[in-house]
Amino acid sequence: MTLTSSTPPTAPPKVALFVTCLVNQFRPTAGFAAISLLERAGCDVIVPKTQTCCGQPGYNNGLRNAARETAKSTIKLLEPYDYVVLPSGSCTGMMSKHYPTLLSDDIAWKKRADSLSNKTWELCQFLVECLDAKLSSHSHLEGKTISYQDSCSCKRELKNTTAPRQLIKQLCVGSSLAELNDPESCCGFGGTFSVKYPDISERLVSDKTQDIKSTGADIVVSADLGCLVNIAGYTARTEIPPIEVRHIAEILANNFDAPSMTSCTQNNSGTKW
Amino acid sequence: MVEHYKSNPQGSASNSTSGPHQTLFFKAQSSHALLDNTLQEALKKAKGGFIEKRSKAIADVENFESYKQQAQLVKNHTLDHLAYYLTQFEDNLIKNGGQVHWASTPEQLNNIILHICERRDAKSVIKGKSMISEEANLNAALEAAGIDVTETDLGEYIIQLAKEPPSHIIVPAIHKTRQQVEALFRNAHDLGDRELDTIAALVDEARLQLRQKFLNADIGITGANMLIADTGSAMLVTNEGNGDLTATLPKAHIVTASIEKVVPDLESASAILRVLARSATGQPITSYTSLLSGPRGIEDLDGPEEFHVILLDNQRSQMLGTPFEEMLKCIKCGACLNHCPIYSAVGGHAYGWVYPGPMGSVLTPLMTGLKQSSDLPNASTFCGRCEEVCPMGIPLPELLRQLRNKEHEEHLTPRKTRISLQSFMWTIQHPKIFYWLTQITRKVLTNTTLSQFFAKYIFTSWYNSKELPKNNSKGTFMEQYKKSSKQKKT
Repeated sequence: MTLTSSTPPTAPPKVALFVTCLVNQFRPTAGFAAISLLERAGCDVIVPKTQTCCGQPGYNNGLRNAARETAKSTIKLLEPYDYVVLPSGSCTGMMSKHYPTLLSDDIAWKKRADSLSNKTWELCQFLVECLDAKLSSHSHLEGKTISYQDSCSCKRELKNTTAPRQLIKQLCVGSSLAELNDPESCCGFGGTFSVKYPDISERLVSDKTQDIKSTGADIVVSADLGCLVNIAGYTARTEIPPIEVRHIAEILANNFDAPSMTSCTQNNSGTKW
Repeated sequence: MVEHYKSNPQGSASNSTSGPHQTLFFKAQSSHALLDNTLQEALKKAKGGFIEKRSKAIADVENFESYKQQAQLVKNHTLDHLAYYLTQFEDNLIKNGGQVHWASTPEQLNNIILHICERRDAKSVIKGKSMISEEANLNAALEAAGIDVTETDLGEYIIQLAKEPPSHIIVPAIHKTRQQVEALFRNAHDLGDRELDTIAALVDEARLQLRQKFLNADIGITGANMLIADTGSAMLVTNEGNGDLTATLPKAHIVTASIEKVVPDLESASAILRVLARSATGQPITSYTSLLSGPRGIEDLDGPEEFHVILLDNQRSQMLGTPFEEMLKCIKCGACLNHCPIYSAVGGHAYGWVYPGPMGSVLTPLMTGLKQSSDLPNASTFCGRCEEVCPMGIPLPELLRQLRNKEHEEHLTPRKTRISLQSFMWTIQHPKIFYWLTQITRKVLTNTTLSQFFAKYIFTSWYNSKELPKNNSKGTFMEQYKKSSKQKKT
């Protein structure tokens, strides 16, 4: 047992970053920003290369067996690491809350799901509550007003509302945080809901956009790419000029390599269809 | 909207799915509701009011969480011993001189009531609010038998005039504007020179019309919020006083209640009362909490000569012992409706049956069949607010998810959706293919011509109102990450 002392106490934690399928597809910058934040916080960051999606689309649409298989392969993939961190509240919730439920009737797998659950964190919550990381601040957003959109999964599943706000205040020096009038309401994304009920989804995101506008914010951020794709997609179509939309990791890491998610939607030829 | 909901003049119910059913058409009805400006105006006015009142009411008490826990303990215990408490209730009510009837279907409930009406030669019936009678579409059955029925709860009275079902379980006419109510009264009442230009005037007008109905009625029918097993009483919670008049003025009183309404004793009932009104209207307690324990005694000066309680099952006993047993804890406070983003956007009628909102999206498929209401379990973003505000801690999103599982198992979902989801879930189990496809997708979405095709023919419902953010960087995250880690190594 004394051999463990050969591991220096300061060995950096091995953190697996689960990028999520949405970040992989739509917003690589958010993934790189997350790596940069974790490395600055002293983590040894690994991106397991055969990761895909947490399985939420199947889980929430009745494909329970397929979701169980995805849960098992994801658990296997992530077992070697000290922590698993995701730049998404809903995918974190899927792994930490729903994998154990999905596998509850299989004792061996339930145990493995529980141990994954215990080491899985949403990025902001991990930096603040698990690591209490001291990160360098920047003044890139000085004088800017930031609106933080709580995703429903961060807010209700993970009870994660203070960490992201605390990080914005600490790291984005000189910026101010504007709260929405109605921070409780869903933006209307809801995964497949947004395509099953596009009319209702449009109404909800329209209300959300009005609320964001009324705060006078220059930039809106969230920890979930689903909400951001929804808000950016809607405001790009309806608002001129559309508000700047980014993943929270980007503004925390001072990574402004990519343009706002709303400007990404502009067609090269500028035509609308 | 209105024409969908005219009550069925035949009033016949061939099975448990009695009543006007439009649950199949939630999608179309919700789109229609979003375009109905008057409805939107009414919903906008209502939105926020209940949320604020509830939040203030629970902030006013020291520990609402412990109230919730106590109420949940009562329900859990009762549901574990449901047969025992129902029998105890029956025995005690009979001792009090009342009569108990058991109805397994809404049709049976209607027949029992029609039989009582026939025996008493009843011509006129007044009703206090009863969601169970809505389940059975009782009014249509009574009207078909030539009986004059009048709803006496103001909201219910309004929608009866409009020939519509309730759009909310505690505020049935929440979808009506003041102007619409005024028009309904002008149309139905002989006004003389009475004014209807204020809400108070409208309330006075309804009171004037209803007073005579109360005095003339042969039978009064009410619902019940709880049934107290050890006293054999029905507990009725109201704010208008119409419940008491309905229960006490006519010579016979019929209570319609579902089987899960029973609680062991008054102590347990109090535990539920503590969370009920706070969650519903934001009141610590409603204006009236009435205990109705049987017909008038020999010494009593008033009260009905006959007192009946009809206990309706309507699929509820089938929920016992399944994950859906949780739904039997529901105390019909309406908090999940008031906080639901979908309900707030489209109102209650879009849901097409008696119960709207999250609780309705669970109950309706269980009571009327999943096939007829397969849209409903999907009408949720899983934002989780319903579960958060439910005083009984019912895991509504999880129950909706379970119904979605059933839909998939029973092949009730559209073929295109099934195939897309199955393909997606297969792909994510094959990382190499997954990454190849994500690269192709990125190229399609960043190519002007291909993305136009994609928007027009494949992802149409998204593109109707939104753009899809483009990843104009050098590749997917994985492509870029793999490249950069190779560079690091060299």
